[in-house]
Amino acid sequence: MTSVIVDRRLQKGKSTANRQRVLKRLDGALKAQVDKLLARNKLRDTDSGAEVTIQRKDTAEPRLILEPSSGASTRIIPGNDKYRIGDKIQGGSQGQGRGGGQGSGDGQSEEEDTFRFALSREEYLSLLFDDLELPALVKKDLLEIDETRFRRGGVQRYGTPGTVCVTRTFKASIGRRIAAEAQHAEALDEAEAALAEAEEAGDPALIRDAALALDELRRRGGDIPFLDPVDLRHRSLIEVQSPCTAAVMFCLMDVSSSMDEERKDLAKRFFTLLYLFLSRKYKKVEIVFIRHTDEAQEVDEDTFFNGTRAGSTKVLSALEKMNEIIASRFPASSYNIFGAQASDGDSFGNDSTDSSAYLRSRLLPVSRYFVYAEVGTTAGQSATSLWDAYRGIDNEHFNMATVSARNEVYPALAKLFQREH
Amino acid sequence: MRDLRKFSGSEWTLDDLLEIEQICGRHAERYALDTFPNQMEVITSEQMLDGYVSGGLPVNYGHWSFGKHFLIENARYRSGENSLAYEIVINTSPCIAFLMEGNSLAMQALVIPHACYGHNSFSKGNYLFRQWTQPDAILDYMIFARNYIADCEERYGLDKVEQTLDALHALRDQGLDKYKRPSKLDSRKERAEQAKRLFAAQETMRQAEYYSLMPQAAKPDAAMPLALNPEENLLYFIEKHAPKLEPWQRELARIVRKIAQYFYPQRQTQVMNEGWATFWHHRLINDMYEAGQIDAGILLECMHSHTNVIRQPEYSGLNPYALGFAAWNEIKRVCENPTDEDREYLPNIAGKDWLETFHDTMQNYRDESFLLQFLTPKLVRDFKLMAIQTSEGLDHWAVTETAGTDSFKSVRSQLSACYRLEASMPEISVVRYEIDTDRKLVLHHQGYNGKVLLEDQAKQALKHLRWLWGFDVSLETIDQKGSTVKTY
Repeated sequence: MTSVIVDRRLQKGKSTANRQRVLKRLDGALKAQVDKLLARNKLRDTDSGAEVTIQRKDTAEPRLILEPSSGASTRIIPGNDKYRIGDKIQGGSQGQGRGGGQGSGDGQSEEEDTFRFALSREEYLSLLFDDLELPALVKKDLLEIDETRFRRGGVQRYGTPGTVCVTRTFKASIGRRIAAEAQHAEALDEAEAALAEAEEAGDPALIRDAALALDELRRRGGDIPFLDPVDLRHRSLIEVQSPCTAAVMFCLMDVSSSMDEERKDLAKRFFTLLYLFLSRKYKKVEIVFIRHTDEAQEVDEDTFFNGTRAGSTKVLSALEKMNEIIASRFPASSYNIFGAQASDGDSFGNDSTDSSAYLRSRLLPVSRYFVYAEVGTTAGQSATSLWDAYRGIDNEHFNMATVSARNEVYPALAKLFQREH
Repeated sequence: MRDLRKFSGSEWTLDDLLEIEQICGRHAERYALDTFPNQMEVITSEQMLDGYVSGGLPVNYGHWSFGKHFLIENARYRSGENSLAYEIVINTSPCIAFLMEGNSLAMQALVIPHACYGHNSFSKGNYLFRQWTQPDAILDYMIFARNYIADCEERYGLDKVEQTLDALHALRDQGLDKYKRPSKLDSRKERAEQAKRLFAAQETMRQAEYYSLMPQAAKPDAAMPLALNPEENLLYFIEKHAPKLEPWQRELARIVRKIAQYFYPQRQTQVMNEGWATFWHHRLINDMYEAGQIDAGILLECMHSHTNVIRQPEYSGLNPYALGFAAWNEIKRVCENPTDEDREYLPNIAGKDWLETFHDTMQNYRDESFLLQFLTPKLVRDFKLMAIQTSEGLDHWAVTETAGTDSFKSVRSQLSACYRLEASMPEISVVRYEIDTDRKLVLHHQGYNGKVLLEDQAKQALKHLRWLWGFDVSLETIDQKGSTVKTY
């Protein structure tokens, strides 16, 4: 009987299509999770996908099955070395979930209420962006992985008709023809010399042979091909990595008492998107977190988003701090400096005008781009003092936008980062 | 039996696997193991998980529930909760056995006799499989099913198809013919018949419109003999009689129930089948070792794994591998060296030829009857079985039997009863269909031993049924005397 062995390892798994179906089905539940995850995850983790927990009831497959604890039940249990007939064992009809899946069921255990699985980066990002209502084009852009570029570099002998380099091909053919003609001329000389010898010798047979040979050579002299496949030259392309550029992003956040949870959530989403966007263009993005009330401090991510401070607002402190850090750790010559500030715009006294002046004179000259996102106000409401002050800045490295709801985060980002950047 | 090489180490090539399979085949011949041709497929662990959730069928239609189970199993596997089975084998012809790429040589040497000769011969010989499945037709049918469903998705939309399949899946266990013989699967015939049915359905609708203008003739009473002959196959009933289903939805019902039918024998022979395959892998591995075809290292690794597989933890559920392996070994022992006790309880096989008995048993029994007939007192003692009982509302189990010779028959019949189909699958049938009035459907669940259905799930499943039926459906559990115990 012939037996066959097949190697299926290289074939794609079937699970991808069904996985997409279940993700679609869990859409609502996943989105709810994603929101919570965003609040919980560190910024950098969003880059690598996420673990989600789904309640079983979200994906219930109801069946007509027996209620195990109803009626009378009998079980056969192995390994008994202590009980005797008439003994009572605790558990009864309440604890019937454990201790014995006999019978011919296919063992689908419904014991746990939840199950966890991991979303890949793409899936997580698309869920994240889903909520933000990104236009499809940009979503694709952000999810695609950067490719290396090609540049022209030299010629090679193989390729497709589209890559033929005509001038070099002709040069090669000229060379070949010269060589071939020279070779031919040599051969002709030899043949003529042979004929002359033959005529001298006087042998008619020899003469005839030599004459024939000479004729033949002369005839074939014109047969050197103008172009030969061996002449073909093709343009060759060399793979080149995009140059590694370092960037630093300064996240400045107002953590004064006027920033509530909702505003902080909006700010966090804004910063997350910003980070993802930047990490697409540059290999390395460093993030510096600065929070301020009336004084600024550099903090780590956790404190940045979760710590609370009460205090009044002094924006200038944050800007000064940023400048200080640039001077000490991130020389503008080696780094692309970005700044992003999120605040609710409430500041006291001259702070707004001072900040605006500081920004204009000290920070903008060294930054690639600085954005200000005002959270919590809708465009059209009466402007806050900070907004007013910043509005006066007229610099192509500066831009500002308002974000009042989750689905405005992306449009604000899109507005702030047009294609040119 | 001389062979050119002795297998050792842990690396293997595809050719090695083929060779092992051939070697097993030669050994198996001595035991008259009749098998379908073998097709071994080497797969990745992800594909193995895929196989789990689609019942091992290499082709299946797409549905989110498969995706969900994949995620669950994957999560369990990655957290170390479940280790993957070493193999999946399905009863088709050729018999397809899936071997994991991560297995060592010893594992593959174990899996091949287990799957390609154990399970293979069982599904070829056992009467339930012969009666209820067509191994050579199932794969074609799956391809047909998958294509048809994909086609429906394109035409009628993913959502509608998903909703229909969800509802049908909820009733999958009630879509089985348990007592009637099903018609044979034949995908070509199926396609032809399907076209005819869809055409007929359209014709009927055209005619119905036409005839609605004419005076009413006596309608054929489709459900008349129900009271005498309740329909146990809900999906079949829905397929034929649901007033509001589109023809393509009826086709889906047909597909779901045909696939459920295919797996029907497997549930009833799990202990026998696994025991059989375990017995034969144990036997063939030892034979290969004695013939010098595998070395001691491989043998040890196999035995180590084998021991794990038949491990029976105490005070827990019975491991079908352990129970099955022990049962088959007992049969052999009683055939070859019966004690007086054996002669008393198993007179039919005591002293007979073990191989003949094996084949006869494998072909003609299923778990319930197998245990009832062949369980030995020694096995009950070895496993230290005890019987416990409880009733609704009690907070404890009472021990009613322990492993002693005088309780043997009681333990045996109770154990066998656990593997009866009704122990796990509720008996639900359509008893009344008010075809002339409000089209209400009445279902009865026969509640044995006071069992009722799990309420929450039953309500959900009933919703699905109502959606499919289009009119009112009522479901009640009735007791032995015929009175209603519970309504859902």
